[in-house]
Amino acid sequence: MKMGRHVVLIEDEPNIIEAIRFLLTRDGWTVDSHSDGRDAVEVIKAADPDLVILDLMLPGKSGMEIIKDLREEEALSNLPVLMLTARGQARDRDMAEKAGVSRFMTKPFSNTEVLAAVRDLHAQANQG
Amino acid sequence: MTRDTLTGSRIRERRLFLELRQAALARQVDISASYLNLIEHNRRRIGGKLLVDIAKALGVEPSMLTEGAEVALISALREAAADSGKSVAELDHADEFAGRFPGWAEVLAGEHRRVASLERTVQVLSDRLTHDPHLAASLHEVLSTAAAIRSTASILAETGELEQEWRDRFHRNLNEDSRRLAESSKSLVSFLDQSNTGSVRRGVPQEEVEAFFTAHDYHFSSIEQGQATPAGLVAAAPELQSDAARSTALNVLKQYHADAERMPLTDIGEALSGGFDPAKLASVFDSDLPQVLRRLAALPENVLGQPSGLVICDASGAVLFRKPIAGFALPRFGAACPLWPLYAALARPLVPVRRQVIQHGRHAAGFECLAIAWPQTAPDFDKDPVYRAVMLILPLAKVPDEPLAVGSSCRVCAGKDCVARREPSILDEEF
Repeated sequence: MKMGRHVVLIEDEPNIIEAIRFLLTRDGWTVDSHSDGRDAVEVIKAADPDLVILDLMLPGKSGMEIIKDLREEEALSNLPVLMLTARGQARDRDMAEKAGVSRFMTKPFSNTEVLAAVRDLHAQANQG
Repeated sequence: MTRDTLTGSRIRERRLFLELRQAALARQVDISASYLNLIEHNRRRIGGKLLVDIAKALGVEPSMLTEGAEVALISALREAAADSGKSVAELDHADEFAGRFPGWAEVLAGEHRRVASLERTVQVLSDRLTHDPHLAASLHEVLSTAAAIRSTASILAETGELEQEWRDRFHRNLNEDSRRLAESSKSLVSFLDQSNTGSVRRGVPQEEVEAFFTAHDYHFSSIEQGQATPAGLVAAAPELQSDAARSTALNVLKQYHADAERMPLTDIGEALSGGFDPAKLASVFDSDLPQVLRRLAALPENVLGQPSGLVICDASGAVLFRKPIAGFALPRFGAACPLWPLYAALARPLVPVRRQVIQHGRHAAGFECLAIAWPQTAPDFDKDPVYRAVMLILPLAKVPDEPLAVGSSCRVCAGKDCVARREPSILDEEF
């Protein structure tokens, strides 16, 4: 049985990890982080989180490839994924949404926005 | 109405510009106002002394009234109409429009020039942003660091009771990130400054090499005349700032040296006077087509008799060397158009490929492309050959009747329904 709310953060910028970890931990989340795109899907599957925060540009494998792989896994096809990216063009947003991202947020983001998006996505998933 | 029948319209335009009454002008040149009215409405031809007198009264040269300043203007209007992609019924009346409303015509032509200039800028910037890994990495670094700073600063500012351990950690992170941001911003600004001035961008070897070759107009007479060695030229080149660029330039120059020794300038100049036939040149100089094509592109324009461009790629299709030619866009980074004859040649090594092409774009010009792929390595059992391909690009006097339409790279190509398209073009998406 799962305890509390659990997020996996796939991000290669250590100080962003630290800030988001602090922010979400304070909000009652358990935060696991991982910095390499190559085995991100395996890490997410093993962690079985309530939500994923995913960077777009990652070493080894891009966030776009990761989301596509996630959506092909039946068990993960509805997992809420918040994508954070430095690429904020409409085209990137469109591609990310088509690939199955639940919410798209451009860097630099505000903590309030991230927290609100995480809570919102979690609430929507639980309602569904 | 043709241009030379618009003298009257120009007189009227100029008079109105000077806020001169018709009767006043007529009086000055000693004709009746009604006759001037007929002239101004192009119902009477005008020339000789009367034209000179009117021009003098209006403070312009007579030729300004007979020819107008609008030759270039009319051409610009026609370009604007053609680029609109729509059928403009009044296209035949561009002369009349320019004659009757030169101010508005100039506005339209000016806007068209501005749009063309902006499109070129967008094309260059998009090409750079899309394909330049250095720029993309720099921007990503700046934005990621800014994100970390913003998030950390918010925590410090907005969290009331923050444990000392967290506070120290976040201060340390802020300090690190602000230093990183300063450095990455500085390097980004320096990168963009160098890009804007067109000077050499350090750390991008291919561009340093290109700047070096451009500075010599792709021809090295000191090597041709035995007064310099490739190594000496490379060592003295201010454009070549990185080891990678020096190494690349040295390899290209060694090849140049070998090509020049095989086909000395005066000999190939004489051979070319008998006609342009690369295959025959290969036979005359006991050479091969790749060497001949490279050599032809290295000749001064007055020896070759025309401008030339050149592209060399490896077996992956990556462009190793490029000599630009006006009207045929070569992408700065990343993959080029797969429809280029260069790649057709790569698919059939040692088979010469000749194609007449145009490039999608605003002002398509015709080019003849001569390409061939050759094994870069000596034949050996149990080892696959490694191929390279070369393409000589020569301008055609006119657009060929049935050209092969190619692009530069997909990102900035306006071609429609292309079977070879890899990715959408920004020209489709946003413009």
